[in-house]
Amino acid sequence: MVLQTGSQFTRFGQSSLTGDVVAIALVRELGPSLTGLLVTGRCATGIASELGSMLVTEQVDAMRAMGTDPIRKLVAPRAIATLLTLPLLTAMTDFMGLLGGCVASVFSLRLSAIEFWRRAIDALDFADLMQGFTKPFFFAFILATIGCYKGLTVRGGTQGVGRATTQAAVLSSVMIIVADAFLTKLALFLADKLF
Amino acid sequence: MTSAVTSSTDSNPAIKFEGVRIGFEEGDILRGVSFEVQERETLVLLGETGTGKTLSLKIAAGLLRPSEGSVQVLGRDVSSMEEWDLLAFRRQMGFVFQEGALFDSMTVGDNVAYRLVEDGVKDEEIEPRVLEVLRFVELEQTVDLFPSELSGGMRRRVSIARALINQPPIVLYDSPTAGLDPVTSQTIITLILRLRDVYGVTALLATQRLQDGFALANFRFDPATKRVVHNVSNGNAAGAAKMAATRFLVLREGGVYFKGGQEELVGTKDEYLKRFLV
Repeated sequence: MVLQTGSQFTRFGQSSLTGDVVAIALVRELGPSLTGLLVTGRCATGIASELGSMLVTEQVDAMRAMGTDPIRKLVAPRAIATLLTLPLLTAMTDFMGLLGGCVASVFSLRLSAIEFWRRAIDALDFADLMQGFTKPFFFAFILATIGCYKGLTVRGGTQGVGRATTQAAVLSSVMIIVADAFLTKLALFLADKLF
Repeated sequence: MTSAVTSSTDSNPAIKFEGVRIGFEEGDILRGVSFEVQERETLVLLGETGTGKTLSLKIAAGLLRPSEGSVQVLGRDVSSMEEWDLLAFRRQMGFVFQEGALFDSMTVGDNVAYRLVEDGVKDEEIEPRVLEVLRFVELEQTVDLFPSELSGGMRRRVSIARALINQPPIVLYDSPTAGLDPVTSQTIITLILRLRDVYGVTALLATQRLQDGFALANFRFDPATKRVVHNVSNGNAAGAAKMAATRFLVLREGGVYFKGGQEELVGTKDEYLKRFLV
């Protein structure tokens, strides 16, 4: 991002704006969505395959037969864990993205590191942080529920588990992108009204 | 169809199916099945693959709901209970699944203790009870192993241990000897005999192996000598009382094809039933 935007800003003698753009794009959009999509590929598929395997080997039935609610035992912990960790991962993604951007700015655009960080921090306001750290909660809910749903509705044995895993990844990814569009629109509207 | 008079006329059967019907996209599997299992009785469900033996067990446990009919277990209508109520009610039933259905991410000890942990039993109580039931199935030494480290027969025995940890009055067995060699199958049947004769459980056992049913009908576990002995009444009422009843139910094409005792089954002239006796 630094390389692409930096080359354009340099044409107008405004390469110092690179830090602003990187910070805003990362925190508002790229951090949450990329983290969501990466975690979907890792976790939604893992959840779907684990629960699907449990279903086809009758472990879920065994759980019910012993008086345990599978939603409480299997779905809730996964949903809670995803809701707690995705925002933290997003924060880490944002920080590492800015760090990478700083390194790229210093070495390719010859910008001062201090200037980069100062511009990046100054560019961010409360509305940006609200948007950037609200989205992960919605994305976490989407990938956890879709992963669990696909896993617990597997049909067709091990072939069904494979199918459910793929469907969980694709559906979660698409839903995250769609949700991102709506959430961004909503966040910009609220930012306009409230801040 | 051949049917026989049921052996008991007790008014409160432990399990009662009335006009049970269930099917899927391919069509109805059970079409109006009715039978009863009295307390301390073992009913052996026989039938070809796809006749609804496993379905019957799952319906009895409330894991599946019939589209028609009712299922009474210990006086409660499980076919109309909400899942929340069924979760609590199922603590009175043990279910031994065909492949064991052990939780593969937990050790044998954790698998067997599962129900106790869910019920909030104190830790200091759990370990001795787990070891006691593992001793019952002669697998005490496997308490720290994972299911993947066990043989098929051992997994089946751990599944039995898990099912009886809280001494349920009813145990449902889904093909407990399927895929096992004759020696291991005999071990499993011995365990089932011990459960029946030591704990007095009511059992519904689905199997494709008639010899398992005959073993349950012809033998009993003698707690005094701790051995499996031949089931004889010695011609007296006291002897007969010691023999837990074992009856047979053959399912075919969605209905009950035969219902009765071993003698009736062995003496049948029905050509279809004779194929089970070969």
